[in-house]
Amino acid sequence: MFTIQEILETIKMVQEENLDIRTITMGISLRDCADSSVRQACQKIYDKITRLASNLVAVGDSLEREFGIPIVNKRISVTPIAMIAENTAADDYTAFALTLDRAAAEVGVNFIGGFSALVHKGFTGGDEKLLASIPQALAATERVCASVNVASTRAGINMDAVYRMGKIVKETAELTADHDGLGCAKLVVFANVPEDNPFMAGAFHGVGEPECVINTGVSGPGVVKSAVEKLGDADFGTLSETIKKTAFKITRMGELVGRAAAERLGVPFGIVDLSLAPTPAVGDSVAEILEAMGLERCGTHGTTAALALLNDAVKKGGAMASSYVGGLSGAFIPVSEDAGMIRAVNEGALTIEKLEAMTCVCSVGLDMIAVPGDTTAETIAAIIADEAAIGVVNNKTTAVRIIPAPGKVVGDTVEFGGLLGRAPVMPLNNYGAAKFVRRGGRIPAPINSLRN
Amino acid sequence: MTNQQETAGSRVIVSVLGEDRVGIIAAVANILADNNINILDISQTTMQEFFTMILIADMEKSKIDLAALKVQLGQLGEKLGLKIDAQHEAAFRYMHRL
Repeated sequence: MFTIQEILETIKMVQEENLDIRTITMGISLRDCADSSVRQACQKIYDKITRLASNLVAVGDSLEREFGIPIVNKRISVTPIAMIAENTAADDYTAFALTLDRAAAEVGVNFIGGFSALVHKGFTGGDEKLLASIPQALAATERVCASVNVASTRAGINMDAVYRMGKIVKETAELTADHDGLGCAKLVVFANVPEDNPFMAGAFHGVGEPECVINTGVSGPGVVKSAVEKLGDADFGTLSETIKKTAFKITRMGELVGRAAAERLGVPFGIVDLSLAPTPAVGDSVAEILEAMGLERCGTHGTTAALALLNDAVKKGGAMASSYVGGLSGAFIPVSEDAGMIRAVNEGALTIEKLEAMTCVCSVGLDMIAVPGDTTAETIAAIIADEAAIGVVNNKTTAVRIIPAPGKVVGDTVEFGGLLGRAPVMPLNNYGAAKFVRRGGRIPAPINSLRN
Repeated sequence: MTNQQETAGSRVIVSVLGEDRVGIIAAVANILADNNINILDISQTTMQEFFTMILIADMEKSKIDLAALKVQLGQLGEKLGLKIDAQHEAAFRYMHRL
């Protein structure tokens, strides 16, 4: 049986340290929904999503009650829409986004991911049309998330796609200008994108995935922070060991909830994403963990080393806790969603250059960063290219989710509300890279891609 | 053991936290007995002046489901000024046992 201390530890994690399951995400293949008629295809997509996910929210809510652990989000990811929509003759794919939005609303999920294309080596006709439809699709929908993979270690970096995404990010911001460019918060540009990621906005259901699957993502920065604080001045070995044990416990909850959800929904269990996902709530911050390790402010010298230790320990502890690990798996550093990151930016401790360095050692990339509204498409493309290069050369996932907030300048704050939080507008380098990003073509795959 | 049994099962953990007073255990045990829920183990302690009771019960032959039990215990907690909750035992087993 259990000791009182063990029971109380679990209860305290949930009640005081914000331990929760960040998301249960149902992946749904739409490959059998392709049709030459847009109307028919959209009907098949709507019917399939609403049929398979009809109980998703109810099951999530009942697991939350039974296990006593909050399940913050229930979400859906689908096959990249470019692959389905390109069977039609349509030039504009907004109708597909509207269908996804309606289906998500019907089953009660707050986000649906998969308005996506994989173009790391080049574009198909459907890919080009999907990219062109992104700004309008994100402006016309509430719940739809878009993602585009522009680079991979095996293919190199599709710089044509990178430049195009620079322009699309700008256009998306302009079309959602009355909400501070909110559309850009639902648009992720990836390198080495995982096909089983449960986290929005970058989730989609990869082509190697089964018909339907349940993936989960956990969230427990507050629990890790509290464990680190209790350690005092312990050495690095002890610090790492403590984080590993804590990550193990957090991840076990994801494994339990994921398995139980899959059983009750009658679909296979996919993966647990070994994540540390912050929320805007005070105390639920990755930056505050780094500060608890001994940094005066997140972003100062030593931050990259601290984050590397944290990320590695989370993976080591988490890998033991789950039978199948996947997705992004690592600490997230989204600026707008992390109270400690916001404070560090506002106090001048954290810059975009340091964030870029941090992305070399953690799970994603430049995430939820607001930049001045007059930032050019070429500069955004260059930022995407830098992140893609880090991912491609280091064999890891990187991503850019950046908001050139219309009409905003450095010092302003952009409010998105809810889990998306608020972001201080950060300064960028004033020198351009237009001639570089306009060259066109593809940066070849690095030599370390030749592994056979 | 199949996954089904690992995440299903009928055992629950009832936790009571708050200020000590006469009759807490009796009141909780009454609710369980009224619903035909069997108590398997019970332990209590006082931590930092707070009364803490942990009770493990089997709901196999229970007349109500876990959601309904949580409501009844929650109401009792409100009446006594305590925090009383019931959670599936798997949540603790997964976290603390290999």
